[in-house]
Amino acid sequence: MHTTVTIIGAGQAGLAMSRCLTERSIDHVVLERGEVANSWRTERWDSLRLLTPNWMTRLPSHRYEGNDPDGYMTAQEVIGFLAGYGERIDAPVRTHTEVESVVTTSSGFRTTTTTGVIDSAAVVVATGACSTPRIPAIAAELPSRMHQLTPIDYRNPDALGNGRVLVVGGSASGAQIADELRRHGRDVVIAVGDHVRLPRTYRGMDIHWWMDTVGILDERYDEMEDIGRARRLPSLQLVGTPEKRTLDLNALHGVGVELVGRFAGVSGTTAQFSGSFTNFCAAADLKLGRLLDTIDEFAADHGLDAELAAPERPERTVLPTAPTTLDLGSVDTVVWATGFRPDYPWLEGDLLDRKGQIVHDGGVMNRPGMYVLGLPFARRRKSSFLDGVGPDAQDLSGHLAQHLDTLATAAS
Amino acid sequence: MTTITTTDSTSQDSVDNGVNVEALLGAREAMTAMPAAAAFTFSAQSEWVNGTHASTTVEKFFGIGEEQTHRRAFVLDTDHPQIFASEDHGISPPEMVLVSLVGCLTAGIASVAQNRGIQLRSVKATIAGDMDLQGILGIDGDVRNGFNGITVRYDIDANATREEIEAVVAQSQKRSAVFDIVTNPTNVTVEVA
Repeated sequence: MHTTVTIIGAGQAGLAMSRCLTERSIDHVVLERGEVANSWRTERWDSLRLLTPNWMTRLPSHRYEGNDPDGYMTAQEVIGFLAGYGERIDAPVRTHTEVESVVTTSSGFRTTTTTGVIDSAAVVVATGACSTPRIPAIAAELPSRMHQLTPIDYRNPDALGNGRVLVVGGSASGAQIADELRRHGRDVVIAVGDHVRLPRTYRGMDIHWWMDTVGILDERYDEMEDIGRARRLPSLQLVGTPEKRTLDLNALHGVGVELVGRFAGVSGTTAQFSGSFTNFCAAADLKLGRLLDTIDEFAADHGLDAELAAPERPERTVLPTAPTTLDLGSVDTVVWATGFRPDYPWLEGDLLDRKGQIVHDGGVMNRPGMYVLGLPFARRRKSSFLDGVGPDAQDLSGHLAQHLDTLATAAS
Repeated sequence: MTTITTTDSTSQDSVDNGVNVEALLGAREAMTAMPAAAAFTFSAQSEWVNGTHASTTVEKFFGIGEEQTHRRAFVLDTDHPQIFASEDHGISPPEMVLVSLVGCLTAGIASVAQNRGIQLRSVKATIAGDMDLQGILGIDGDVRNGFNGITVRYDIDANATREEIEAVVAQSQKRSAVFDIVTNPTNVTVEVA
């Protein structure tokens, strides 16, 4: 099959790009290994809700129009939203089509899939940032009787045994899972290293409203002093609940979750946790303080103070001294909420860095005609968020259109 | 948001904590391009003197692809104090660890402050480690040999807000070699020739 652009992945990123290409009358196909919104169907836990409020679900020519703009969509609702989007924009999706390889040819690219071969002038990788969990090497040192899983496998507390659970990682997934398990009566320990602490609301407004309004989410990759560091920031310690509660370490401690430092090693049947826990808590508190200072300055500069509640600062993270060891004999289950690092065995090696990650400049890959969407801070701070794929797709489809023009000029 | 404060070149030039940040950033860039250059090995030679007194010499180390040499050979003696029925020819090894940790953190504070355009006027620290001797004396198997905990208290005078200073101290810990050595497990292999 021949087409102009092959888009790989029919999640929000792939669909957004499809819409942008359709608006530019550029022929394309969208390849999807499962059904539209596949990851949302197969890799999310039952109670999961988006971290971002519904009004922030904005895709090219389609946005949330329900009656709960300040609420947080469930995974099921996201599936419905995306499936509806796909139909509405008439995205040319080929489902149950897995990509086996993408190779550069003299005329562009050849994508080999489980349902056939596609030749195209351009390729857009839209497979997302969360396809492969990153599990530390120490997982191999745990006793084989232990049940080990990641947020991709986790569904609900009843699916786990009754014993103690060690959740490794205190970012959004780890904090939410630890919180849910504890509220269901489980004995939970959470091992936390670097994390980003945020209140759910500040001065009466959702924290995402602030980050959007102040312009933080639109910060560009080429304006950052250390983009590598910005891209490695842990995911925000937030949860989306109707009560709009804050989910930070103080809150976890408050419901009875035991907090320890970063999971650093296994010695015999003892788990070892880093003694750096206090520093990571202090660093997260300071970072939060700086964000709230930025918000307060913005509010003052823009005359918003009269309409808002007064500025305030959350309590510092104050926790009992964390133990540095734990007898693994007391733990049944380990949840590795330690992040994701997608791998790309189907891409040519020279497109990847020495850690196997796609090399790109704001989403433009190291091969003319190849693009990637949806990676953390790829072009903007919000690049990996639902609300970020639209603007990135607009930018990159423009770049892609120019590339096609160049090819056409060269050929004529 | 980054934790490196953006500073303009004029404020960077007038701040001098004695740290050559440009050289460090240059080294970082070079080692990103050539990871082999970043492989270092530090080492020391030690000899027993008498009793609990050992004399340890640090002169050479390996880095940037070849053997390197300190400006001179440094000799450090370690011993036990007289209250341990020893002769106190040098500080005790656990005290050497405290010296090492606070030295590493202070160096980091100066470097981070330099990078962030913060002029340090004075940086003083008190470090202490609690140890229950029932561990090393084999009296109680539930007591560890080493420190139960280490506290470090910094008193810093600088042209920066309290939060900025706290952030420098936090960043120093984050990037400190000895902080990592002390707070995380490290494999130690001891063999006999």
